[in-house]
Amino acid sequence: MMSINKDKDFGTPASPSTKLVNLEIDGFKVSVPEGTSIMRAASSIGIDIPKLCATDSVEPFGSCRLCIVQIEGGRGMPASCTTPCGEGLKVSTQSQKLAEVRRGVMELYISDHPLDCLTCSANGDCELQDMAGAVGLREVRYNPVETHLQAVKDESNPYFSFDPSKCIVCSRCVRACEETQGTFALTIDGRGFDSKVSPGQNEDFMDSECVSCGACVQACPTATLMEKSVIDHGQPEHAIVTTCAYCGVGCSFRAEMKGEQVIRMVPNKNGQANHGHSCVKGRFAFGYATHKDRITKPMIRASIKDAWQEVSWEEAINHAASELKRIQTQYGKDAIGGITSSRCTNEEVYVMQKLIRAGFGNNNVDTCARVCHSPTGYGLKQTFGESSGTQDFDSVMQADVIIVIGANPTDGHPVFGSQMKKRLRQGAKLIVVDPREIDLVKNSPHVTANYHLKLRPSTNVAVINAFSHVIVSENLVDEAFVNERCDVASFNKWRTFVSDTRHSPENTESITGIPAADLRAAARLYATANNSAIYYGLGVTEHSQGSTMVIGIANLAMATGNLGRVGVGVNPLRGQNNVQGSCDMGSFPHEFPGYRHVSDVDTHNLFEGAWNAELSSEPGLRIPNMFDAALDKSFMGLYCAGEDIAQSDPDIQHVHSALRAMECVIVQDIFLNETAKFAHVFLPGASFLEKTGTFTNAERRISPVRKVMTPLAGYADWEVTQMLSNALGYPMNYAHPSEIMAEIASLTPTFTGVSYDKIDELGSIQWPCYDEASTGTPIMHEETFMRDNGKGLFMLTEFVATSERVNGKYPLILTTGRILSQYNVGAQTRRTENNAWHSEDVLEIHPHDAEDRGINTNDWVGIKSRTGETVLRALVTDRVQPGVVYTTFHFPESGANVITTDNSDWATNCPEYKVTAVQISKVNQTSEWQANYQEFTDTQLELLEQGIING
Amino acid sequence: MSNKIDILIRMANDIGNFFNAESDKELAANGIKNHIVRTWDPRMRNAIISYNKEDGSKLSDLVKSAITKLG
Repeated sequence: MMSINKDKDFGTPASPSTKLVNLEIDGFKVSVPEGTSIMRAASSIGIDIPKLCATDSVEPFGSCRLCIVQIEGGRGMPASCTTPCGEGLKVSTQSQKLAEVRRGVMELYISDHPLDCLTCSANGDCELQDMAGAVGLREVRYNPVETHLQAVKDESNPYFSFDPSKCIVCSRCVRACEETQGTFALTIDGRGFDSKVSPGQNEDFMDSECVSCGACVQACPTATLMEKSVIDHGQPEHAIVTTCAYCGVGCSFRAEMKGEQVIRMVPNKNGQANHGHSCVKGRFAFGYATHKDRITKPMIRASIKDAWQEVSWEEAINHAASELKRIQTQYGKDAIGGITSSRCTNEEVYVMQKLIRAGFGNNNVDTCARVCHSPTGYGLKQTFGESSGTQDFDSVMQADVIIVIGANPTDGHPVFGSQMKKRLRQGAKLIVVDPREIDLVKNSPHVTANYHLKLRPSTNVAVINAFSHVIVSENLVDEAFVNERCDVASFNKWRTFVSDTRHSPENTESITGIPAADLRAAARLYATANNSAIYYGLGVTEHSQGSTMVIGIANLAMATGNLGRVGVGVNPLRGQNNVQGSCDMGSFPHEFPGYRHVSDVDTHNLFEGAWNAELSSEPGLRIPNMFDAALDKSFMGLYCAGEDIAQSDPDIQHVHSALRAMECVIVQDIFLNETAKFAHVFLPGASFLEKTGTFTNAERRISPVRKVMTPLAGYADWEVTQMLSNALGYPMNYAHPSEIMAEIASLTPTFTGVSYDKIDELGSIQWPCYDEASTGTPIMHEETFMRDNGKGLFMLTEFVATSERVNGKYPLILTTGRILSQYNVGAQTRRTENNAWHSEDVLEIHPHDAEDRGINTNDWVGIKSRTGETVLRALVTDRVQPGVVYTTFHFPESGANVITTDNSDWATNCPEYKVTAVQISKVNQTSEWQANYQEFTDTQLELLEQGIING
Repeated sequence: MSNKIDILIRMANDIGNFFNAESDKELAANGIKNHIVRTWDPRMRNAIISYNKEDGSKLSDLVKSAITKLG
């Protein structure tokens, strides 16, 4: 816990220069990097020059004139924010003359500002108020005829208010929107007295391009842009640094509190993943944690047709343990298993897989990464020797060419997306490989893709092979890197493979739909830049050849030497906050923590000894295999924590049938999610605000999750798992999550140097940490790869067309994705005001395909695949290409996964969400599945209500 | 929705399609075998081995040779 005092604001950003200049400020000598402003230099030695328009998150502007200084031998009074330090300068920050000018400036500001400080929401946190005090303002002599005091508030944004009457037109919000977020939604409209901050073209915030990231609110020095939660509840009184529970960027936040109430989440300026930036989810959408739908009492029932019964924790845990034991006795030891979630902490996931391996006595543990990035784990482990991305996020700032494949960073990973846009505005080149026109292509101000390779869905591998063909056939290989760092025999075999003309851009054009000339030019651009980096997402992994594509990407990066240094690399953008961590912690059925196979004798012995249990050396069931086994009566009990398989997994009717077939489904969650509707035991979970632990983001950064409020149900999730383990007869006695991390570190070489003390000291740490002294590894494979022989392995990547084909009956390809304001299955964000931006999933369809079917925007359309049928509203747009339709999957009633198939990646069974052959037609009612879903949901909610009444 | 053995046949053939890029078919078959040994639950392995012994007609030749190595 820390006081509410904000982190020091140095006024202007730090200079990256390594050359120092020496000067004197108010008689004190100071050395600072060349390029540092006088304001920052003064601040660094404790001299705070008055300021209003300057803040160190944006470039200096020099408009408020409060920060003026005098320089010996210099003329006038320059603004210290825009004046760089020079060698030998002698600067005075205080004098009678400076004080008079500053007081005059403040007098002018205050003459057009409400004098309602005592009732103002910024009271206690207002820089204007602070500066009035700093300059000694005692009177305002002006009485202007015209003021802005009657300006009308804009309350359109659900999370913050815009009160122009309090605006001092310092432009900090405008610059934050431009520089930090990169949206350029704000401008200063008008001139002179008429100048005002304007969203869009004099629109409300909600009608403008504003993405509600909060950067403007953060930058505002007054109450002009203010969180509504602060207006409602007053200023917070203490703060706790924790880590966001949404996407894989893993932003650091200060949870600003009043007692146990979160008043606001403020991005941590010292956050190493986000550097003080945020998005609409992490910044504002935390209200779900105290939503009325939270279930805080354990519940049990005999069948899913019965009403729930609220019971004590002891009774629920004992019942769950008894049922699991009964099933093992009746159906065998391997008839039960568990599913961990990337929304849970590392410690929770570790404890859960330990329970399954040591307590259940089998390896039937899997995680939601199965359905997103399992191909990343497989592909990068095979080629590089480790299942992780190679860079830190900051590496992008050194990239000269960026390829984005099957990812949509501005929606899916918005804070990193902003960082990437910043680099692109600095001049880096961009290649987008995506069937759909993501915002980076041309909808982000001052960012335009040099190439948008609009491939046909399912042809990724043909594209990457064509890239490789160009690199090999045009002698663009980095031979020195390959010879020194890679397995040369595998490279030679791969070179021969991709040299074949069947992989040429000209010969693959008919498969991919990408003009050969564009592909050749893009490949040359990637191969010839100093630093080229690949960023990819689920558009790579969620295919029948997901792993092959990851391998193809790795091959390409190795062949061009784009690994092992800053600015390059292979960067999987992980979907959920702890995808990397949940995989690291041994959530896969064939791997112990640290990606070591369960049959590896040394590892097996290590864990048997440490856990004092007999462990299986056979791989367990993956999630889809669990479903198949359930229908086969050989898998009858499931412990599912934090994951909602009944909404998120493909071919959902198959999943529902499997859940119905099981005799005991235990769900641990904060809400009665879709899976819980099929459950027999409900164990109430804790939100990220209610527990302590760590999350590991997409750059392998292990960040602290700190409890800011008491768990509503009384326990953190790791404690619940521990109670279940003890009830099952496998003892666990952790007193604190730090003990769990200590055990992880003792058993996992890549985590050896990780501890809570070190995380507290450093803020976060990036694995691998091979020894106690390690401070982390931002860039991997700098000297050698992590394979046994240290060499990168090239593998052959033949393109194999998916079996999911279009035909006359199903002529269109459906592909799925995400949107900024909603998160995954929506369990969290649907219970927030984020619905103001996206309240339902819609089907994007190209105008040609829409016209052929007589479809207009907002029409109800039926989407029919070989697997099922659902109905959504149509959005006619040329963001999708002809022949392709697109939707999101954030709302359960949309039934997006009713239509996805059980096709999956050959290596990992990651579902082929991105390719489903469908037909679209105009309809006037919901589908049969949707009607049945609604009826089932209504029944389950009634059974819940009865349980609560009974309880 | 497919039945259990059809799912396993498809999974095995999909694995085979990846390793089929390898021109040394003995190496490819070993790759398939190892992948299945390392990632398939024993009940799945046993089911595909039984199918291969009893019928096997829906398995590609390369996958058949790999499964035969399993038992």
